[in-house]
Amino acid sequence: MIRVEHLSKVYRTRAGSRLVLDDVNLTLDRGRNVGILGRNGAGKSTLIKMLAGAERPTSGRIVRSMSVSWPLAFGGAFQTHLTGLDNLKFVCRIYGVDYRSVVDFVENFAELGVYFREPVSHYSHGMLTRLAFALSMAIEFDCFLIDEAMVVGDARFHERCHVELFQKRRDRAFILVSHDANVIKLYCERACVLTDGRLHEFDTVDAAYEFYQESLAKTPVPAPEL
Amino acid sequence: MAGPVLISAELRRSLTIQRRVLHALLMREVITRFGRHNLGALWLVAEPMLFTLGIVTLWTAVGLAHGTGIPVAAFAVTGYSSVLVWRNTVTRSNSAIQQNLNLLFHRNVRVIDVFVTRIVLEVSGATASFIILSLFFIAIGWIEPPVDLLEVAGGWSLLVWFGASLALVIGGLTAFSDLVERIWHPLAYLLFPLSGAAFMVDWLPASIRPVAMYLPMVHGVEIVREGYFGNIVHFHYSVAYMMSVCVALTLVGLVCVREAGCRVEAQ
Repeated sequence: MIRVEHLSKVYRTRAGSRLVLDDVNLTLDRGRNVGILGRNGAGKSTLIKMLAGAERPTSGRIVRSMSVSWPLAFGGAFQTHLTGLDNLKFVCRIYGVDYRSVVDFVENFAELGVYFREPVSHYSHGMLTRLAFALSMAIEFDCFLIDEAMVVGDARFHERCHVELFQKRRDRAFILVSHDANVIKLYCERACVLTDGRLHEFDTVDAAYEFYQESLAKTPVPAPEL
Repeated sequence: MAGPVLISAELRRSLTIQRRVLHALLMREVITRFGRHNLGALWLVAEPMLFTLGIVTLWTAVGLAHGTGIPVAAFAVTGYSSVLVWRNTVTRSNSAIQQNLNLLFHRNVRVIDVFVTRIVLEVSGATASFIILSLFFIAIGWIEPPVDLLEVAGGWSLLVWFGASLALVIGGLTAFSDLVERIWHPLAYLLFPLSGAAFMVDWLPASIRPVAMYLPMVHGVEIVREGYFGNIVHFHYSVAYMMSVCVALTLVGLVCVREAGCRVEAQ
């Protein structure tokens, strides 16, 4: 289970303090899932970073009683001087996994060929995305954090990600964050909407969708992305 | 009451994770910094050795410590190695947060881990360099073996502690302002001649000595040299003073690092 209790996050900007998450509460049980809808700048990325444990809450807390992934397909965690294989070894060491047990999977899934043993700085964007996703799948978690950015790449890669994540690991919990209501509708059993740092919970995706559409109509000027 | 058992199991789990994370970070740091070409990880030791050898050559050429009965090689090895252990450790901690921001996405990697990794590496490199150069110069007969090995180790440990705690303070403060890094470099440069590496406190005029004694590293170098050379001159130091400074720096450093951890924005 993940329980988010009264989570708030303040960022310091030159224009003063900015409340990005405001008293967010959320509970997710093992094996369940939730979609979080929000437009750019609503605080989605911040919420994902908090859930992943990459940043500390300003107030409130997050209780995790199941293992939670880092934000999926997040490519930034690469050390670009290192090869794809070195990056795999690093991630495996962090999570206590023997890399030899997953190296074949990662190599096959990422389809990097000889580049698997070349520095990541020589990779194309597509290669980076494939490696990032393959690494995410190399470590097993009870709950996956999925950013909408995962839904990039060509159709075939998209399909393979879909199989790995939503079919082979359908018993796992996940939190899917997106600005696209259709993506949430496709994958999630319930949904929340994040507007101006506040999280609104709904029992059904449809109710969330309706609220989201209204909130979009009300505030046509997009807030700057953080 | 399952309390104590539960706590120890949890502690054991935490220690396992801690060990895993530090191991992963150490391996990553070594490969990133030195690569796998030519000497690879050996550069960790070779780099400080080259610096020290350069200083030995330079000081021999200008005749520093001439007429004091102390071999210049021994004087340079003890002095410059002592500088390396605090200066390099702090300098490497400067960019530690910035260069490892993206690793924070792995929840078990914390800001303190990044600092510990760099401190361990720098201290290991400087210590290994100190030992190897000492052995080398002893082997070729340029310097005598240390009179009191334990005292050398004690003084060295204090210098390591000083370097590590200062690294936490300066490194932690870099999360608050870029100025910290900018100020550290000139400061480190200016501290080098004042740090006791190139002089012994006893050589100073008595009126200046108390001023020099404010610098904690001076005490460390004096202890290392007393252990190395024995009672050839009067050595000036206070273990209590240096330890007090280190305790204070450690506490301030831990607070700085904790606050830095709350401030960093993962990218």
